[in-house]
Amino acid sequence: MGGVFLSLILTLLGLLLVTFIIGRVMPIDPVLKVVGDRATQAQYDAAYQAMGLDRPLIVQFMTYIGDVLQGDFGRSISTGQPVIEDIKRVFPATVELATLGTLIGVLIGVPLGVIAAAHRGGIVDQVARVVALVGYSMPIFWLGLMGLLVFYGILGWVGGPGRQNIIYDGMVPQVTRLLLIDSLIAGDWGAFKDAFSHIILPASLLGYFSLAYISRMTRSFMLEQLSAEYITTARVKGLSERAVIWGHAFRNISIPLVTVIALSFGSLLEGSVLTEIIFSWPGIGQYVTKALLAGDMNAVLGGTIVIGVCFVGLNLLSDLLYRVLDPRAS
Amino acid sequence: MNKMLNARAILLASALAIAPAAYAETPADTLVVAATIDDIISLDPAQSFEFSGNDVNNNTYDRLVDFDPLDLDKGFQPSLAESWEVSEDGMSITFTMREGVTFHSGNPVRAEDAAWSLQRAVKLNKTPAFILTQFGFTPDNVEEKIVADGNTLTLNLDKPYAQSFVLNCLTANVASVIDKELVMQNVEGEDLGNTWLSTNDAGSGPYVLAAWRANEVVQLTAFEEYFKGAPAMKRVIVKNVQESSAQRLQLEAGDIDVARNLSPTDAEAIASGEGVSIEDQPRGRILYMGLNQKNELLSNPAVIEAMKYLVDYDGIANSFLKGQFVPHQSFLPKGYLGALDEMPWSYDVEKAKQILADAGVEGGTVTTAVRDLREYTDVAQALQASMAEAGLTLEIQQMTGAQVLDAYRAREVPIFLGEWGPDYADPNTNAATFAFNPDNSDEANATGLLAWRNAYEVPAAMNEATVAATQEQDSDARATMYQDIQRQYQEEAPIIPLFQRIEPTGLRDGVENFQSGGSVTSVIYRGVTKGE
Repeated sequence: MGGVFLSLILTLLGLLLVTFIIGRVMPIDPVLKVVGDRATQAQYDAAYQAMGLDRPLIVQFMTYIGDVLQGDFGRSISTGQPVIEDIKRVFPATVELATLGTLIGVLIGVPLGVIAAAHRGGIVDQVARVVALVGYSMPIFWLGLMGLLVFYGILGWVGGPGRQNIIYDGMVPQVTRLLLIDSLIAGDWGAFKDAFSHIILPASLLGYFSLAYISRMTRSFMLEQLSAEYITTARVKGLSERAVIWGHAFRNISIPLVTVIALSFGSLLEGSVLTEIIFSWPGIGQYVTKALLAGDMNAVLGGTIVIGVCFVGLNLLSDLLYRVLDPRAS
Repeated sequence: MNKMLNARAILLASALAIAPAAYAETPADTLVVAATIDDIISLDPAQSFEFSGNDVNNNTYDRLVDFDPLDLDKGFQPSLAESWEVSEDGMSITFTMREGVTFHSGNPVRAEDAAWSLQRAVKLNKTPAFILTQFGFTPDNVEEKIVADGNTLTLNLDKPYAQSFVLNCLTANVASVIDKELVMQNVEGEDLGNTWLSTNDAGSGPYVLAAWRANEVVQLTAFEEYFKGAPAMKRVIVKNVQESSAQRLQLEAGDIDVARNLSPTDAEAIASGEGVSIEDQPRGRILYMGLNQKNELLSNPAVIEAMKYLVDYDGIANSFLKGQFVPHQSFLPKGYLGALDEMPWSYDVEKAKQILADAGVEGGTVTTAVRDLREYTDVAQALQASMAEAGLTLEIQQMTGAQVLDAYRAREVPIFLGEWGPDYADPNTNAATFAFNPDNSDEANATGLLAWRNAYEVPAAMNEATVAATQEQDSDARATMYQDIQRQYQEEAPIIPLFQRIEPTGLRDGVENFQSGGSVTSVIYRGVTKGE
């Protein structure tokens, strides 16, 4: 187990180093973001020094790591606030969105994949194939804008861009910073409905993309199981088809499926940039992208650490689950 | 802290009052604006220099003199200063402060606060400080130069500047009057309260800053004791919405009252929509073409002249830039003292060819670096096509805003296409950057001057005229001086103004007096009302 944690730390360190170097060689001048177009050279130089950019790269990096170890992620130059505060604000928004997205992906994608495999070549399989193909190939910004136009603009079924309607902004006490949960804790049914009406569209969009992936993976895992000998044995023993599929085959694919779901969740955490921009969702994807374009390295590195820890953590978790679910693995 | 609680209480109360009824409609006493506000990096008036930050400060702080939101053309008006007097030699101006005005904290607004605020901006020396330091103030002398005495405040200038010049500059955000007592309680080290003021407000303006969440929302609540009267809108909420189409949808659905960043297509659709309308307001930004004089081809006077005939002004303004820009060929935007309406150039490829042929210029290749904004790349492509007809090749490089700016400040962009916005409401703001460049050497490093960035060696007479215009006391004569400079500029300068920016604002029916600030200032919410 110790080895796992060591590799975890090394992975994160490597990730930070690469991000750091990319950030420094990027042809974007963070000082200009701070002082603006009109600054004189003297003001520019003062800001350059204040940001510590005059020191050697390696010193800057070591200082940064040292600060991070003490829990100091520095100040963002594009928001003017401590990066850690920014992340506390934006990360829950993304977690909430990605979780609901993954949930939708799993609840639809897994049964779809299982049924498609059970009726290989049948109509359900064909439909599932088309659904997945469209999910892979449709540009997300286009689908998002169309969704907004139809469900928000024309039908008025869902809330518009943002996490909530302005009249609910700041009304629910922050406990988990997940709006759906917080509004339930506060017992504010109106706030919950409002938050739900705002999240359902972007979450469905992300859910669609994750279900496309999850259903394909489920299908191929199932096909592999269904051609195995123990299935034939079970069938010969006279078990119903339903029992064979759900009781035997499905139970055996649940282990690799956990990994697939965990990875898909991880990719929604970092890959929802476009969705967040279209839906004005104040999440980490939007935050890091903006920071990157501004050369705001403290913010980028802070975001990278969070995403990195999540990815590594999810991997670790699915590893552990593997061991729990399948004794042979250890 | 107390102030924050109050603001929250107001928010809560007005939300609860309205919550059950309204879902797809904004509350009657609340103005909801969708805008791109991700440019805010600080709300300290001595530092903030971005559009959205200025929009906030303009409403949370007052200045000695200010604009009337319902009549910007009147220019500066008494505000925290009731009156002022210029000394006989023109070297000092003494302001008399209005009595009985209070800050949001409840502290009285005193001459001492005003003096300290100006001194502070000079001492902090953040980017906008030059608006004040151009009158001879330095961190070392400012305490002797700006003096409060009882109820009066005196500015001691280093030259007898035009009264209009000084007062116009005092309408800028950097001249906001800050609550000294409150800020002093929140000073960290030597920062004069800069860190605290980045996210808090210490003003006396019509609105109190209730919350700012970066890239997300700005919430303002009305200051009921505002000395010019409490504003009608009890809350103003500015939501960050990036996409023009999302802004349009929200406006049409009634979730917002004002949409501020609409693409031409969306603005056109809204103009013909029901329950919504478009208001075009001219902004101060000038889209111009800078020809770098370090480039051999571009420093040829014939090429400079020919380029002026290779821009399809009307074609561009009437097709892809429709509703975003209007042709404008002088460096002072409409709305400014001394602005020039004359348009000496038109699109004429034949004439350009003739000019080039007469000068013996046979072809050539130049590069333009443009920011990856649709409007700029569109203009660049149009220019590329007309230059090709005249035998010149234009290579277009697209970059991010920061990259272009970096290269431009290093004088490395052959043809620059981009915008310049005035820094304050006086003609000197653009004259001093377009038509002033006392030292064109690389060592001068005058990165703030557009003339320097394009390596344009401004003739000595023009440099002098620009300085002289800041000291002309007669406003009419002053306006004429700027017009003369602009005419000469049109004749010979390698920096060619092309268009002035228009901002189409989408409004719900019933929203009245929304003032985006025109070309001279930033948004003013104080006059806004909402009918039923």
